[in-house]
Amino acid sequence: MGSDEAYNFVFKVVLIGESGVGKSNLLSRFTKNEFNHDSRTTIGVEFSTRTVQLNNFTIKAQIWDTAGLERYRAITSAYYRGAVGALLVYDITKHLTYESVERWLKELYEHADPHIVVMLVGNKSDLESERSVPTEEAKDFAEKKGLLFLETSALDSTNVEAAFTTVLAEIHKKVSSKEVVRGPMSAVTLNSPKAEDTEKKPCCKNI
Amino acid sequence: MSSDGNKKQFWKRNAAKVPGSIQHVYGAQHPPFDPLLHANLIKAGNKPPPATPGKPKKATTFQEFESITSDAWDVGDDDDELLAMAAQNLNIEVVMETANKEKQRQDETSELDRREDDTQEEVAEDDEDNEEEEEEDRVEEGDATSPEVSFGSQSSPYTDGRLVKSHSEAPIGSPKGERAALHRQRSLPHRPPVIPLVARMADQNTSGTPAMTEREASRLDKFKQLLAGPNTDLDELRKLSWSGIPRQVRPIAWKLLSGYLPANAERRESVLQRKRQEYFGFIQQYYDSRNDEHHQDTYRQIHIDIPRTNPLIPLFQQASVQEIFERILFIWAIRHPASGYVQGINDLVTPFFVVFVFEYIEEEVENFDVSSLQEEALRNIEADSFWCMSKLLDGIQDNYTFAQPGIQKKVKALEELVSRIDESVHRHMQQYEVEYLQFAFRWMNNLLMRELPLRCTIRLWDTYQAEPEGFSHFHLYVCAAFLVRWRKEILEERDFQGLMILLQNLPTMHWGNEEVSVLLAEAYRLKFAFADAPNHYKR
Repeated sequence: MGSDEAYNFVFKVVLIGESGVGKSNLLSRFTKNEFNHDSRTTIGVEFSTRTVQLNNFTIKAQIWDTAGLERYRAITSAYYRGAVGALLVYDITKHLTYESVERWLKELYEHADPHIVVMLVGNKSDLESERSVPTEEAKDFAEKKGLLFLETSALDSTNVEAAFTTVLAEIHKKVSSKEVVRGPMSAVTLNSPKAEDTEKKPCCKNI
Repeated sequence: MSSDGNKKQFWKRNAAKVPGSIQHVYGAQHPPFDPLLHANLIKAGNKPPPATPGKPKKATTFQEFESITSDAWDVGDDDDELLAMAAQNLNIEVVMETANKEKQRQDETSELDRREDDTQEEVAEDDEDNEEEEEEDRVEEGDATSPEVSFGSQSSPYTDGRLVKSHSEAPIGSPKGERAALHRQRSLPHRPPVIPLVARMADQNTSGTPAMTEREASRLDKFKQLLAGPNTDLDELRKLSWSGIPRQVRPIAWKLLSGYLPANAERRESVLQRKRQEYFGFIQQYYDSRNDEHHQDTYRQIHIDIPRTNPLIPLFQQASVQEIFERILFIWAIRHPASGYVQGINDLVTPFFVVFVFEYIEEEVENFDVSSLQEEALRNIEADSFWCMSKLLDGIQDNYTFAQPGIQKKVKALEELVSRIDESVHRHMQQYEVEYLQFAFRWMNNLLMRELPLRCTIRLWDTYQAEPEGFSHFHLYVCAAFLVRWRKEILEERDFQGLMILLQNLPTMHWGNEEVSVLLAEAYRLKFAFADAPNHYKR
């Protein structure tokens, strides 16, 4: 496999959180070092990659950006499959987006690997004057729930690298300490390869 | 005239598809060679009549003379007559196939040119297009700040490990040019800087562009004739519209095709008035409730989506336009509680709005300042957009109801269709575990609007509104044709990442009417081939 030659691991990471909190710009900031005032609403899922060096390992982060809206959740649940990391993003200036975090966590654990590494991310830290979610409060919540935590700004880049690389490092730690089963070609999974297999109906042969 | 009757008889008898039968090919010499007439005359021992007019031959008897000159026709008749006969008896599939083959031939010869141009053009068009889409393009151009590893050169989503080195060295147009073209290396563009999103010069007959071709003028005339009558023949309109609607008549054609305007010309004014009043009645009745508790979420979502709808087109940054969109979407959402507002629906307002604005202006629409329009005109545009969009959505509502079952079904159907029309592509996807849902969801949810420039969407919708169930059913074949159109690029990607990034960033930035026509012809061919398939696809 050509791709395997270039890196040791592929980790699938998903960005989740309410619509408008900045997931897409976190993605573009991390993978392309760009911030886009003109980004459009994410439809379905969007996908990007970046390769990082961790210790002596080359890790390809396969990052999935999902739409935040309720309606899509039935579709996006399919995307959790195989994810070993997640960034659960809220907007520090919109308390409502923080209040939904519990709901997102619930969905995450319903669909994703139970060992998935999760970081709570308070984005838009550049808008300090409009803050409505105190840092300490979110930090305590994260600790209680066993989540990593950082505040970031996709706009001015603060902590964006740190957020992703921390998650990737945590994943790597888990991966190295467990028995890793090589799952689908597209990513490493922490448990057994996907149990379900979409059963393909046989094609009609009467044509 | 007797041989005229013969001629007509000949065509009609050949209505069934029979290999080797002579079919009229549009643009061929006039009149088409009539073998029956030819055979008759040979039998009669005479020389065959001239294939082209204006070459009279000597005839020994008056009868022969008559049969020879029966080829002559009254001025102005022949074109219509032939076209009428062609329309009646010519299988439209064959026409499409002919057109398709011709396009293919042209494509093949110009593909290499285009490929090379692509690399320059795409950089040049960076400004015009959705930056998010191009961001993927720029990956390989500079990951300067990233601490990422490189084995020899930077890793790129487009390449597998083996090709990384050669990629960075390959100049544009080199033997590796094909790959390089897709990699969009940064280079000095030598194309005119920007192709507008809405109107490409070659496609739209805006003032200041080259004059309409004769063919275009003739089409426009046909439309005008059709639309002038007291009762528009909608079937005829559909037939004509399938191949594209001239810009000047598009607003009214769309309104008729969607069923918004009645065919009966007399009733139109009153219907328009009534519908427009009804819409503004809704505004009065419901719009204030947008801050109420149970509508808050809906309104809030719409409110943050509008600025993100057409961020690169100045027209849509104007406050009044954004408010129009908000009203349209909010009213629609609360009147359709089964689905409510779903991201993607916002995109569907845009083509109607743009086309209906066209009606009032001559210049290009992208930078148009709507405050120069009369208030009433703007209100009418708003109401008309609302109703036409509603009609569109009526046919695809299960795309947006909870769990979006319509989309799931369609994506599944797309997969099965592709598995049958292009096994290699299908197997390739399977091999690298790319799920159709991962890229085709957006194709269904946004009717390919995210994959094509707006001008192409507008052209596409000419056909979608001419086709029965265009948005729901024909769209599936268009998607299949679209996917398979990129088979070469797809088969060149040899890992999951590369495939995904390709499929979410297909290079269509320069597309115009021509490319869309080819796509539609192919889709039609597919539909024709599968039309008798079990209801499998229609579920």
